[in-house]
Amino acid sequence: MARLDDVDLVERLFLKGYPFHKYSPRSGDPVATAVTPLHKPLSACTVALVTTAGLSLPDQPPFDVTIKMGESSFREFPADTAPQLLEMNQRSWSFDQTGILRDRNLAFPLDRLREMQQRGEIGAIAPHHYSFMGSIVGPRKLMTVSAPEVAHRLREDHVDVVLLTPV
Amino acid sequence: MCNQSVGLIQQRIEYAGITTVSISLLREITEKIRPPRALFVPYPLGYPLGEPNNSELQTRILRAAFSLLSRNDCPVLEMFTP
Repeated sequence: MARLDDVDLVERLFLKGYPFHKYSPRSGDPVATAVTPLHKPLSACTVALVTTAGLSLPDQPPFDVTIKMGESSFREFPADTAPQLLEMNQRSWSFDQTGILRDRNLAFPLDRLREMQQRGEIGAIAPHHYSFMGSIVGPRKLMTVSAPEVAHRLREDHVDVVLLTPV
Repeated sequence: MCNQSVGLIQQRIEYAGITTVSISLLREITEKIRPPRALFVPYPLGYPLGEPNNSELQTRILRAAFSLLSRNDCPVLEMFTP
């Protein structure tokens, strides 16, 4: 089990002082408190993945790990992507990357989704999936630009369900 | 920070009219950000789906996460029991 105490000392001190309340939902904030009920069974749903593992395809520009407040851009992957081809760029070294390097499904379980689709547990796999790089200290641009853009693209693809994974 | 970013992205996708669920590795942070539906898993940072090359465990975690999709008493934060 991961606890804040597992994070290395420098990062933990940073997290202890980090103003999470700034980004906690305020009551009545329509974005942060939105709830979209699911109106059909999972076996009829189109499912997409969004991860913050900092993954990119070999022909895409890698995430820029030098941006101090965090890079808020995203990378888009087609449904036929082989997960193991994805490369990982992370600003944060506070977690063990070896698991994901052995098996990208650990953070981006596209192969598992394919199996669930073949068994009829989910209806369809979305045509596009997304990765951000998660260690974003200043998330304003993420909240106002890049996350809404990904949400818009998911809507265009008629996605019903999104599973999000951190690292 | 990854757990905060996931929650913030998740809220914006849910707001756009898509039902969402996330995996959480740091309960303390997910409790602060309060995304609509999250499954807390008892694994180290970097291991949201449990173990590499363990497709059986990965699938069980996915099923547990998807089982929260029918919940609308948000924010939902459940614990995965292996």
